[in-house]
Amino acid sequence: MQQNTSSAPIVSLRNVQKSFGPLRVLDGVSFAVERGEVLALIGRSGSGKSTALRCIDRFEKVDGGEIVVCGHRVDRPDVDLRALRQDVGIVFQSYNLFPHLTIEQNITLAPCAVKGMATARAKDLARKVLAQVGLEEKLHAYPEQLSGGQQQRAAIARSLAMQPKVMLFDEVTSALDPELTAEVLKVIEQLAADGMTMVMVTHEMGFAKGIADRIVFMHRGKVHETGPASILTTPTTPELTQFVGTGNLKS
Amino acid sequence: MSLQLDFPAVLERWPSFLAGAVLTLELAAFATVLGALLGTLAAVGRGTHNALISGACKAYVETIRNTPLLVQIFLVYFGLASLGLKFSAFAVAVAALTINVGAYTAEIMRAGFEAIPRGQIEAAEGLALSRLQIYWHIILLPAVEKVYPALTSQFVLLMLASSVCSQISAEELTAVANYIQSDTYRAFETYIIVAVLYVILSLVMRAGFWGLGLVLFPRRRRLGTPL
Ligand SMILES: Nc1ncnc2c1ncn2[C@@H]1O[C@H](COP(=O)(O)OP(=O)(O)OP(=O)(O)O)[C@@H](O)[C@H]1O
Ligand SMILES: [Mg+2]
Repeated sequence: MQQNTSSAPIVSLRNVQKSFGPLRVLDGVSFAVERGEVLALIGRSGSGKSTALRCIDRFEKVDGGEIVVCGHRVDRPDVDLRALRQDVGIVFQSYNLFPHLTIEQNITLAPCAVKGMATARAKDLARKVLAQVGLEEKLHAYPEQLSGGQQQRAAIARSLAMQPKVMLFDEVTSALDPELTAEVLKVIEQLAADGMTMVMVTHEMGFAKGIADRIVFMHRGKVHETGPASILTTPTTPELTQFVGTGNLKS
Repeated sequence: MSLQLDFPAVLERWPSFLAGAVLTLELAAFATVLGALLGTLAAVGRGTHNALISGACKAYVETIRNTPLLVQIFLVYFGLASLGLKFSAFAVAVAALTINVGAYTAEIMRAGFEAIPRGQIEAAEGLALSRLQIYWHIILLPAVEKVYPALTSQFVLLMLASSVCSQISAEELTAVANYIQSDTYRAFETYIIVAVLYVILSLVMRAGFWGLGLVLFPRRRRLGTPL
């Protein structure tokens, strides 16, 4: 079951199928993410981007196909969920910080509870990851005292504290206005520069173009076109041409 | 006709009143702690996917909420007796009150659990927390905070309702009053004093819950905003 040799991709989906009732949302999706690679999932609303992302962390069970993440066979019913989720960090559009805990407690909770880290070490770690996202001074604040952009950066820090091998981002800036979006994107950019493996669903085409090593354009549950970021400027399929042409490509 | 009240004749029995009030408070304290545990477990059980467990929890809650407390007390009292088990009136009263308030707590806690956004749980799952850790760290305290006023009112109501335990001769406040008034023939005065004592007990409990809230919800203490 362990296929985590150094050459194997961190994430690989092969012919993944997923339906919600009669609605076929993923119809044979395949792609792979190598270590240190940034993959951007783009496509129209309803094309299955979030579903594909959620399948990687097994928030959705697939109906068919194969998903391997850091050596875990995610498509199998006997996958060790907690081991998988220690290797994968996921950040949602709605931040989902725990409102009753301070930012520090939000960050130290999982390292202490899951990995048995000593409190003092976890607090040092919290300081470190908060510095990474530029929020050291918010250590003892509660989530509601932070702006949306700050909350999202704190949520990223919380994920980083688990030292994941891959990070998943699902439209993490779409609830934010442009100014706050920029500060979150800057953090993600820095992560990419530091070599973090990432899969991100995004509507920020300019950003995707600047940061992604590979683009996966989804259309009707399928990978319709894929390639380096340059496909956004020179798309080959009419669907992607239309998608990038309808004002989605702003820098 | 004139109303003639003779309080001194009754008030000289103050040690008995005090003992009764203390016992009422003890009954309420035990039943509150045990009922909060029982009710929380029942609320968790009601939310599980196991049909047997959730069905049993639902049956418990509905049975208790649709029968009178006095009948429940008699059922526990005579039920234990007919099994040949001997317990003190105090133990029986605590058991019956616990079972009773547990059912109401379960309903209130269920509302609290349902008020936790799905995203909170997904975020916790994404951080690899276990089911139990999620309940303990993510769900329980915010759920309690959301329903704290309803919960604490229920526990105060329980303390007041414990007066029916006088029926199985637990020596709580109302039972004490019953024999003082039959001793002194000063029923009205006796129950006025008892009423005042119940008001004081209610205030004591509410103050206690207010203090407990300060300890349980540090965020609220600092920011003053509801969750
Ligand atoms: N839990 C669910 N139950 C039923 N249908 C669902 C569920 N989750 C998603 N869907 C449906 O599956 C389709 C794909 O959803 P998905 O969220 O993956 O799209 P998306 O590409 O992320 O879209 P968006 O850009 O709007 O976020 C949609 O039609 C959606 O309504
Ligand atoms: Mg989506």
